Amino acid sequence: MLSISNLQASVEDKQILTGLNLEVKAGEVHAIMGPNGSGKSTLSQVLAGNEAYEVNGGSVSLEGNDLLDMSTEDRAREGVFLAFQYPVEIPGVSNLQFMKTAINNIRQHRGQDEINAAEFMKLAKQKIQQVNLDPSFLKRGVNEGFSGGEKKRNEIMQMLMLEPKLAILDETDSGLDIDALRVVADGVNALRSPDRAVIMVTHYQRLLDYIVPDYVHVLANGKIIKSGGKELALELEERGYGWLGIDEKAKA
Amino acid sequence: MSESDKAVKDLIKRDYEHGFVTNIESETFEPGLNEDVIRRISAKKGEPEWLLEWRLKAYGQWLEMAEPEWAHVNFPKVDFNDIAYFSAPKSKDDAPKSLDEVDPELLRTYEKLGIPLHERARLAGVAVDAVFDSVSIGTTFKEKLTEAGVIFCPISEAVHKHPELIKKYLGSVVPQKDNFYAALNSAVFSDGSFVYIPKGVRCPLELSTYFRINEANTGQFERTLIIADVGSHVSYLEGCTAPMRDENQLHAAVVELVLLDDSEIKYSTVQNWYPGDEEGKGGIYNFVTKRAACIGKNSKVSWTQVETGSAITWKYPSCVLRGENSVGEFYSVALTNNFQQADTGTKMIHLGKNTRSTIISKGISAGKSDSSYRGLVRIGPNAENARNYTQCDSLLIGDKCGAHTFPYIESKNKSAVLEHEATTSKVSDDQLFLCQQRGIDTEHAVSMIVNGFCKEVFKELPMEFAVEATKLLEVSLEGSVG
Repeated sequence: MLSISNLQASVEDKQILTGLNLEVKAGEVHAIMGPNGSGKSTLSQVLAGNEAYEVNGGSVSLEGNDLLDMSTEDRAREGVFLAFQYPVEIPGVSNLQFMKTAINNIRQHRGQDEINAAEFMKLAKQKIQQVNLDPSFLKRGVNEGFSGGEKKRNEIMQMLMLEPKLAILDETDSGLDIDALRVVADGVNALRSPDRAVIMVTHYQRLLDYIVPDYVHVLANGKIIKSGGKELALELEERGYGWLGIDEKAKA
Repeated sequence: MSESDKAVKDLIKRDYEHGFVTNIESETFEPGLNEDVIRRISAKKGEPEWLLEWRLKAYGQWLEMAEPEWAHVNFPKVDFNDIAYFSAPKSKDDAPKSLDEVDPELLRTYEKLGIPLHERARLAGVAVDAVFDSVSIGTTFKEKLTEAGVIFCPISEAVHKHPELIKKYLGSVVPQKDNFYAALNSAVFSDGSFVYIPKGVRCPLELSTYFRINEANTGQFERTLIIADVGSHVSYLEGCTAPMRDENQLHAAVVELVLLDDSEIKYSTVQNWYPGDEEGKGGIYNFVTKRAACIGKNSKVSWTQVETGSAITWKYPSCVLRGENSVGEFYSVALTNNFQQADTGTKMIHLGKNTRSTIISKGISAGKSDSSYRGLVRIGPNAENARNYTQCDSLLIGDKCGAHTFPYIESKNKSAVLEHEATTSKVSDDQLFLCQQRGIDTEHAVSMIVNGFCKEVFKELPMEFAVEATKLLEVSLEGSVG
């Protein structure tokens, strides 16, 4: 599904990704771990198409198409979803209005008619309940006055509504209490299917107790330096990053 | 170039939809202003002597006044002798007796503007008075209004048919010498709308006036007077457009609202005068005095305005809260783009006990434009327990525009409670990125963010106007797409 080859990217003239390779097949869940500053968030932002980041080498293909050549919105319309680490507020624009606009933009791209209003409401209500938020959140401004945990749940709600092919979770677990973490995990697990893939960027092993990954990768200095199965996460939890030759303090 | 800057560059190239000129035979006065011109305007309208005297008095006062210069706007001085003070479509007879007799070209003009005047195609539930240059060309739904006892007609007609009301209330809220432009308007006003809602009547229709400047080098000086008698209720809508011309044109209107006991007026404006081109050439100077007098107890007035047009806007719809428990509200969205300048806000004058006012102002600046909020909240010594809540929010799009807030507060009563909140924000790259990441293109994203910013004001607009306002903002931001 996703094939990343020798990806290099910088932000504000600082080189962050230095030749990253990754293959993600449909049906797989990959966890990307690594110390602060290793390039985890940069990877998610670059895949989603944040123009603040400059790609200066390598290639990325999504189902055989050149992902880097697509506009940010087209990537989303082709099924790439990013759950943000710090979701921003859009005051006055209700969650409903926002999601309806998003869904209809995506449907238009696929040559489909606009979503039927009743069908949309049903979908929205179902998904907001799935992430354990009160339906009143649908009418509130996007993330407007939401707590940290509510924002993250709202991201998962959006993901469930859009049913992306490739979901990228950028430290979605950070700052969550155990209940919220469970809700997020349930959401992601509900989305797992043979034709979808998930990339989870995380700092902690904790999330992986709830969403069991097929592969775990360690990112350091802008490259993947070690890959393994789910047991690699446990090993990292126990031993830290030092045994891999990474000086964590220097990176922090 | 950052994301939002690019969005600005791509999207806010405005195309003005209403910039066409109607080819119609008109009778237009030679430019220039003197007593004789005023006498001729008055004679055209067949006015009684007292009104001519009233105009001449205003003219005398105007001559002694100076243009206000305190506003945060910049423009070359207007030469008042370069302006024609009267222009009217030349009808075969003196004036059309019904809409069927109105020049079809004129009807087509209003249809192009999306305001069908013809009986068959009209918006249901909205009575429309259309003012073209200096005269009213037709009022719809007259019969239904008459049944309810509501008077809705051109003010020039009201002078003849309801002289007692005109004599009593004309200038009672905005006196002739109130300010420079009000004095000029009092001297030369040509037409406008007159509304009287009798005691206890809830006006069965929304009333609406559409103003259109067509003729070149012509000023538009309309005068609107609305009287809400005891226990009555009315919602009034006002819209305005003008052709694209390279010269600046002057619009100096006066609107007076009179509210007796327990009455309510909701006055909504969608102002879309030609704003000038991308280089700042041309456009309307919109220098308007609007004021409501809540004379009666428990009366309530709401001003809601969406200002997207005009090269320069100088406008402060105000409320004089004299009656006990009277309420004044001001909801405003002012969008400026390119080289537009807006200095707009309100005055809430609390004189009676338990009077309350709310001000919600949303300024949006894009391009190289400048937008200012200027507001006065004054609490008189007898205004026990007066309350005011003011919220001024500014949204900047791009980095070459400006937003300013000038709040003035004067309180002479210790029991008053005044709140003021102000914010300034930008359409951020992060917001745009979030929208795009959800599949929404930049144009939709910017317009959605701006609409969200204006939501508190839009929800105060009558339904049809709210839709129009949303569309208008989209056009203003989207450029040639609309």
